[in-house]
Amino acid sequence: MHELGIVFHIIKKIEEVAAENAVTSVNSVTLEIGEVSTIVDTYLQDCWKWAAAKSDYVKDAKLLIETIPAVTMCDSCKRTYETVKYGKTCPYCGSEDTYLVTGNEVSIKEIEAI
Amino acid sequence: MKDFKVIEIKESVFADNDRDAELLRGELKEKGVFLLNLMSSPGAGKTTTLMKTIDALRDKVKIGVMEADIDSDVDARTISESGAKVIQLHTGGMCHLDADMTRQGLREMGTDDVELAILENVGNLVCPAEFDTGAVKNAMILSVPEGHDKPLKYPLMFSICDVVLINKIDVLPYFDFDMEKCREYILTRNPAAKIIPISARTGEGIDEWAGWLLEEVNKWCK
Ligand SMILES: Nc1nc2c(ncn2[C@@H]2O[C@H](COP(=O)(O)OP(=O)(O)O)[C@@H](O)[C@H]2O)c(=O)[nH]1
Ligand SMILES: [Mg+2]
Ligand SMILES: [Zn+2]
Repeated sequence: MHELGIVFHIIKKIEEVAAENAVTSVNSVTLEIGEVSTIVDTYLQDCWKWAAAKSDYVKDAKLLIETIPAVTMCDSCKRTYETVKYGKTCPYCGSEDTYLVTGNEVSIKEIEAI
Repeated sequence: MKDFKVIEIKESVFADNDRDAELLRGELKEKGVFLLNLMSSPGAGKTTTLMKTIDALRDKVKIGVMEADIDSDVDARTISESGAKVIQLHTGGMCHLDADMTRQGLREMGTDDVELAILENVGNLVCPAEFDTGAVKNAMILSVPEGHDKPLKYPLMFSICDVVLINKIDVLPYFDFDMEKCREYILTRNPAAKIIPISARTGEGIDEWAGWLLEEVNKWCK
């Protein structure tokens, strides 16, 4: 359960930010999750419900997830393409000299709080 | 109507842990303790390989082992038969250790009489790869029955490891495991990886692995 560890890290970070900003209650937390980050949204939501209930700051907060599309760059022909469709091999020139530009993110974007 | 404000965070979930892991590596350097993080899927042979590694190195370096498990102490009892210092860490349902849990484990074990600390991470090829434990080197074990295509399915794990041990080569005749393909798959993802075929059962390859490890410990603890 990979998602549980991630949820604990998110809550820890939000508690720090809440304390710094004199926040009393968090209404929502927005995450940016890359398409190929291996995070399963539904597991993440389940873990969130369970873990957030134990934290005073975030117990009523909704978890909002924004998906970031996965894009791969080809070093041979300098073009970009959809990772999910073509994987590691460039559809334009067949090169495997490629790297992921976006799509691996697991980030906290922002929180909405009072 | 409550008046909510938006606070921007814009930070990777792993950023805090990455910073903490760097700190831990600094602390270990100062104390002269080398930490190895050993990962694999369940049953690939971490505990068996550790027993052989302890045998090979016990007269050369002081070893301490941390066995991480979701909820049992079978492996710690096995390792304690080797005479090495060992503690069991329970992750309470989590599939990996982060840097802070590793630091607590090291504290609990005590490192004053340890030069080589080895963490047997939770059996899993996904999550442990994402959380830097603060280890000086990462090693993983892929066993022959799992198949040579695993580097394609778990690229992150293979890309963060300094060493990949290919274990259970004693059973190679019974599987269609293609060693050359496996090497190729690993090296495309991680050109710097050191690949060592071993059998924790027969002891084949253990000398090369133990030799590599000892050299790295000596470099770090100098
Ligand atoms: N044939 C063979 N079996 C092995 C080898 N290494 C480990 N095993 C067996 O694989 C099983 C799992 O090993 P273990 O060390 O407990 O794996 P762990 O879960 O990664 O710690 C045990 O039954 C071992 O005896 C090996 O090199 N060859
Ligand atoms: Mg084990
Ligand atoms: Zn191309």
